[in-house]
Amino acid sequence: VTPVRDAAALGRDLPLLTRLTRVGQPGNTAGLLALLAGLALFFSLLLPGSFPTFGTVQSMMFQLPELGLLALAMVIPLISGGLNLAIIATANQCALLMAWIMTSFIPAGAGGPEAAAVIALALLAGLLLCTAIGLVTGFLVATMGVHPILVTLGTKSVIDGVSIWLTRGTVVSGLPDSFQWLGNGLVLGVPVPFLVLIAAAVAVGLVLTRTSFGISIHMLGSNLEATRYSGIDTRRVLVGIYTFSSALCFVAACLMLARFNSASAGYAQSYLLVTILAAVMGGVDPFGGFGRISGLMLALVVLQVISSGCNLLGLSQHLTLAVWGLTLIAVMGVKFLVAPWLAERWSRGRHTGRHVDEAGNKA
Amino acid sequence: MRDLAARVTAHTEGLLFLVILLLGAVLALASPYFLTLQNLVDLIESYSVAAVLALGVFVVLVAGGIDISFAATASVAQYATAYVATSWDLPALVCIPLGLAVGLALGCLNAALIYYLRVTSIIITIATMSVYFALLMWITSGRSIYALPDWWATRVVFFRTETASGDIVRVTLPIVVAAGAALLTWLFMTRSAAGRQLTAMGGNPEAARRLGVNLAAMHFLAYGYLGLMAGLAGLLQAHRVGEAVPNAMYGNELDVLAAAVLGGASLTGGVGTVGGVLLGILLLAVLQNGLNLLGVSPYFFQIVIGLVILVSTSITGLSSRARRRDRRVPAPA
Repeated sequence: VTPVRDAAALGRDLPLLTRLTRVGQPGNTAGLLALLAGLALFFSLLLPGSFPTFGTVQSMMFQLPELGLLALAMVIPLISGGLNLAIIATANQCALLMAWIMTSFIPAGAGGPEAAAVIALALLAGLLLCTAIGLVTGFLVATMGVHPILVTLGTKSVIDGVSIWLTRGTVVSGLPDSFQWLGNGLVLGVPVPFLVLIAAAVAVGLVLTRTSFGISIHMLGSNLEATRYSGIDTRRVLVGIYTFSSALCFVAACLMLARFNSASAGYAQSYLLVTILAAVMGGVDPFGGFGRISGLMLALVVLQVISSGCNLLGLSQHLTLAVWGLTLIAVMGVKFLVAPWLAERWSRGRHTGRHVDEAGNKA
Repeated sequence: MRDLAARVTAHTEGLLFLVILLLGAVLALASPYFLTLQNLVDLIESYSVAAVLALGVFVVLVAGGIDISFAATASVAQYATAYVATSWDLPALVCIPLGLAVGLALGCLNAALIYYLRVTSIIITIATMSVYFALLMWITSGRSIYALPDWWATRVVFFRTETASGDIVRVTLPIVVAAGAALLTWLFMTRSAAGRQLTAMGGNPEAARRLGVNLAAMHFLAYGYLGLMAGLAGLLQAHRVGEAVPNAMYGNELDVLAAAVLGGASLTGGVGTVGGVLLGILLLAVLQNGLNLLGVSPYFFQIVIGLVILVSTSITGLSSRARRRDRRVPAPA
């Protein structure tokens, strides 16, 4: 994979065709934008009456944020070279806890202030729960010396198990109206969940690129031992990474709760692996160290456009999932086969083989 | 005595064996039914499909990869075979190889994508899992096939005996197939040159390549073998339940993966034994069976699995770290 990164460094001045084909590479979003434009054009030509409308865009803005926030929760450990398989379980348990507090402690016919107090209490409890889960996960990852896949597979099982055991698999529903605004409200025609997603994405992006914690996350993903020897307390950073990831699960839980007006241990389970797909498609290196939030967001929009388009065409949800998987494979194919080939041809033509050796290793 | 304890716990297999013995002893005291031959055989039978899958996953793990798509592969192979068998009334001699071939082909497709696209195996297999399973659900609309042919759905009993207490003990086809798969995998990984090359690739792919190991062939071998095992598991699962349900096997990938890892197969490759994988499966089987017998809510089972994964991986992680430390500081003579 490293040689491809060299290709990214090498080719700021590559021709447009090459730049476009390097989809999903760190720092290069042109390819994804082209893919997005192509998809939008394709669906608009196919469905001129229903796809390119404000309603479709608005409904996409309502649907995207859940997956988007969960993907943000996944991308932080991913950049650090880890993985958090417990994000959905954490979000569901948090939503269950908040739903339980809100449905149990708001007395019937209670006034605004009383309900607001209970909602605030529920939010606080949810945030505390997520933080606690994140701290424990981070502590386990930092001290056990086992791959995070295994640790979070274990925590996922335990968290899901506790949720299912306590609820017996049932759904907790019936939330106060004021809370549902978070999931269904509009501000100047823009859905509130979408605004939450944008805010969260900007915040995560700033933390990742502008703080020493964020830089440490990237360094950890490149080389954990080297980071440790350069004087960074890697254990503390690891605990921070998983706590941050869990805290984003809290935001996702709030949105899911408000949108579905209910909580269950089984919601959104199919999103778990899709968040990884979105991140990788958005140019996050699955080995860690590289990745940008802008790429992730673009990839999410691509997935959402595919999903909405397929839905409007009346195709089944299963087919959408299959198309998502095929899109990822295609993106990877373009990135690892077509782009290096083009880069090689281009550099051979211009520099009479100056980069051929590097490029030759790329294929 | 301390020496013996140290030697047993130095290996994951020894440690697992010890844990299973302890657990068995506790369960035998708590429930008189646990230690009956019938219960033990039933327990093994119910986990035979998972064992076949775990053996395939083990090969991929040792080769340094990971595969999430095997349950989807098994479902596709199972459904395709069931469809062909019921639509054209074909005999077993055609259908069984067909099911295995479908599994093998899907495994090889994984291998091709992983090797030629140079993308981490986990990413590719997440994608192919979505594609295989989603296409299966789309094409079949989630409909099950209930009327499997007789040769498939009829229970095959190899050995049947009645114990003194009147319980009937049957050694059925799934147990025999799982045992055969274990033997085959053991022979393949320890007694064949290809198996040793796979292990070498898992330990250090670059070193293996410089020694002349054909990495492309090894990828096809590892993922193809898992595909084959997945096809076998799919056929076996339909045999056990007597129907082909498209989403019956989907969703427990992570448990099978956990069993293989419990048995000492490392996610970084190059390490693991067939015995360890079987013990990992056995541990999960004994746990589930024991909790059932004790009347613990099935909802509780997942918590226990999670705790077992956490405890066992942390023990292996900490002990390997301790070993590394020992190596760094030479022990005083």
